[in-house]
Amino acid sequence: MSQTSTDPRHFRAPPKRQLRLSWADERVRAIVWQVVIVGIVAGVIWWLVRNTQHNLEVRRIATGFGFLQREAGLPIGEHLIEYTPASTYFRALSVGVLNTLKVALIGIVLATILGTLVGIARLSKNWLLAKIAAVYVEVIRDIPLLLQLLFWYTMLQGLPAPRQAMNPVTGVFLSNRGLRLPFLDWQVAHSWALLAFVAGLFGTWLTARALRRKQMADGKPRPLWPAALGLIIGLPLVVWLAGGAPTAVDWPALRGFNFQGGFTISPEYFALLIGLTTYTAGFIAEIVRAGILSVSQGQWEAAQALGLRPGVVLRQVVLPQALRVIVPPMTSQYLNLTKNSSLAVAIGYQDIVSIANTTLNQTGQAIEGIAIIMAVYLTISLSISFSMNWYNNRIALVER
Amino acid sequence: MSDISLGTSVAGIPEAAPRQPPALTTGPVAWVRANLFSSWLNTALTLVLAYFIVRYAIGFVDWAFVNAIWSVPNNQTQACRALKASATPGACWAVVTEKHRFILFGTYPYEEHWRPALVCVLFTALYIVSGMRRFWRKELALVWIATLVVIGILMWGGILGLSYVPQERWGGLPITLILATFGLAFAFPLSILVALGRRSSMPAVRVLCVAYVELIRGVPLISLLFMASVMFPLFLPEGINIDKLLRAQVAITLFAGAYLAEVVRGGLQALPKGQYEAADALGLSYWYKTGFIILPQALRLVIPPLVNTFIGFFKDTSLVLIIGIFDLLTAGKTAVVEPAWQGFGVEVYLAISVIYFCYCFAMSRYSQNLEAELNRHRGR
Repeated sequence: MSQTSTDPRHFRAPPKRQLRLSWADERVRAIVWQVVIVGIVAGVIWWLVRNTQHNLEVRRIATGFGFLQREAGLPIGEHLIEYTPASTYFRALSVGVLNTLKVALIGIVLATILGTLVGIARLSKNWLLAKIAAVYVEVIRDIPLLLQLLFWYTMLQGLPAPRQAMNPVTGVFLSNRGLRLPFLDWQVAHSWALLAFVAGLFGTWLTARALRRKQMADGKPRPLWPAALGLIIGLPLVVWLAGGAPTAVDWPALRGFNFQGGFTISPEYFALLIGLTTYTAGFIAEIVRAGILSVSQGQWEAAQALGLRPGVVLRQVVLPQALRVIVPPMTSQYLNLTKNSSLAVAIGYQDIVSIANTTLNQTGQAIEGIAIIMAVYLTISLSISFSMNWYNNRIALVER
Repeated sequence: MSDISLGTSVAGIPEAAPRQPPALTTGPVAWVRANLFSSWLNTALTLVLAYFIVRYAIGFVDWAFVNAIWSVPNNQTQACRALKASATPGACWAVVTEKHRFILFGTYPYEEHWRPALVCVLFTALYIVSGMRRFWRKELALVWIATLVVIGILMWGGILGLSYVPQERWGGLPITLILATFGLAFAFPLSILVALGRRSSMPAVRVLCVAYVELIRGVPLISLLFMASVMFPLFLPEGINIDKLLRAQVAITLFAGAYLAEVVRGGLQALPKGQYEAADALGLSYWYKTGFIILPQALRLVIPPLVNTFIGFFKDTSLVLIIGIFDLLTAGKTAVVEPAWQGFGVEVYLAISVIYFCYCFAMSRYSQNLEAELNRHRGR
């Protein structure tokens, strides 16, 4: 490869050539072409903008984002933050963004788990398991996601009414109003324990780094699990006990025509989550399978020949190499899942697209509404790609 | 050898114990033993899975075939509803039998249904012909143009004794195929130009192409479809109005163009640098170099991912449901809106899934075969 050559002659810049004002000069042609192309694009954009301005004037639509401060008046069933129809449009759209994130994040986690399991199952030595996984992947990938979502939603709507709700386990009710689960009666102590748990995770990560540095210095491995156990389980437990150890559980119960209490998963959210998870898992399974197959058999054998234990072989030799193949396409699957969550609008889950769509229908602010949708998705997409690229660079092969 | 009698111990060596014959290594029994019952864990797994498969398969066959109702006299769905509520529920395929014309062809005039049916056959034949390698030559472009013209005549009518059918009355499978085929036919050349632009040495062109690709890929298709349905009318001068289907078609084309451009760019990057330099050394102009040296090789490299993108794109045409265009999925969803047929969505969606599955599965199998065929020269 000439690029990696260290021959000093290759670093010398080519001699500068006089620019000739002639069509035969390549650089003159390049400049002319670029001016022409940019001119055409700018002209088309200018024409569109002028048409739009004219049309807006004719239709008496005021532009600008002033409408965000007005009262929205649209009801939203699921909200993570305080919301009433009297809240502003800005608040309504924020609820939408949070709903999108809620389904996308949980969907990504579940799809990764399911996809990895199916991908490994497809490589299983057990013929039956491998075939089931293969059929799953083929079928799920060849049917449009929107059709699957409608199918799941119809299935959930076909469930019995709350009065005849299915009750597989005590306290869990499945009906056409969604899934009801018992949930802790949330107290301040629980919040503190959750905070302690997160702090414990962070502390474990710091400890792992410190231990690794020590191992690098003197070569002696040190166990991580005592610190991890203490920080992740012990610390929240102590905080929870100090907070009075509240254990009250909110059980769902049938009152009138619907359930009261407990934790609800609405049918819309449930259908969207099932659809996104199973669909994306089909693609992730193929990525995982390709990643595992990409590590040659020789790597397993060489690691075993060194006397490493099977767990260590998997963690230290095979996974790092497989991840290099897995991570880039996985990033695009995460992005796809996030973008596909916009199909929520078809089954009535109120994500950002659905709320922005209602907003633009109510206010007539079409351009602003669509601009908001695009800005939100661009932001989410870019953040996912940045974090995954950062991770990818960390695990990438370090070459000279 | 013959003077040593078998069975007698020689020089005091004790007779070896009779050994087991070696385990079977071929034949169905050996296959079952190796693939299903190789260890205790595998045996347990096989038995559990087999139990669930048999149990659910019986349940499904009962529901879909044994207890199913295949037709009912003029919209009398009481039998279906009773079956649904009974202890042995069954599918009500009557909804598909009754509504299949509507699901496939939408509100197209009933006596003229042979026209959209023929259009679907023509589209499918066009795909099959384009897929055969022996037809990969320049004349194929003419075949495409001729077929698309015939399809246009069949759908619109108005000449050759065919009655005129306005575009608002089109629907069902032909719409899905039209959106996918025309979108593809326009997006593919666009994507080649954009991919070339992204690798161009002119900075302004590169920036424009990067901005286009990244913007489109960063937002969901739905937002582009919304844009097409509510913003396009604002973009155009007063009085000019293009219809909804065409607007959706433009949005889908722009969307597919960005994704295809990335695939094509992959092919351009995978081509060894020597090919570019050799073409330059021959003194070929940019367009000769691109048209005769680079693209024929680069596109061949990316045929399998291109077909995969086509599949994704074929499925994505179903999103036009959200802006109310009457494609196959919308027709199916509308079919169960009628009060008599409400609640039988599952049957309709299953039937539509089969149609989508047939097209997509055929394409994906084709792409796998093609990949194997194109890579044959690399194998040993």
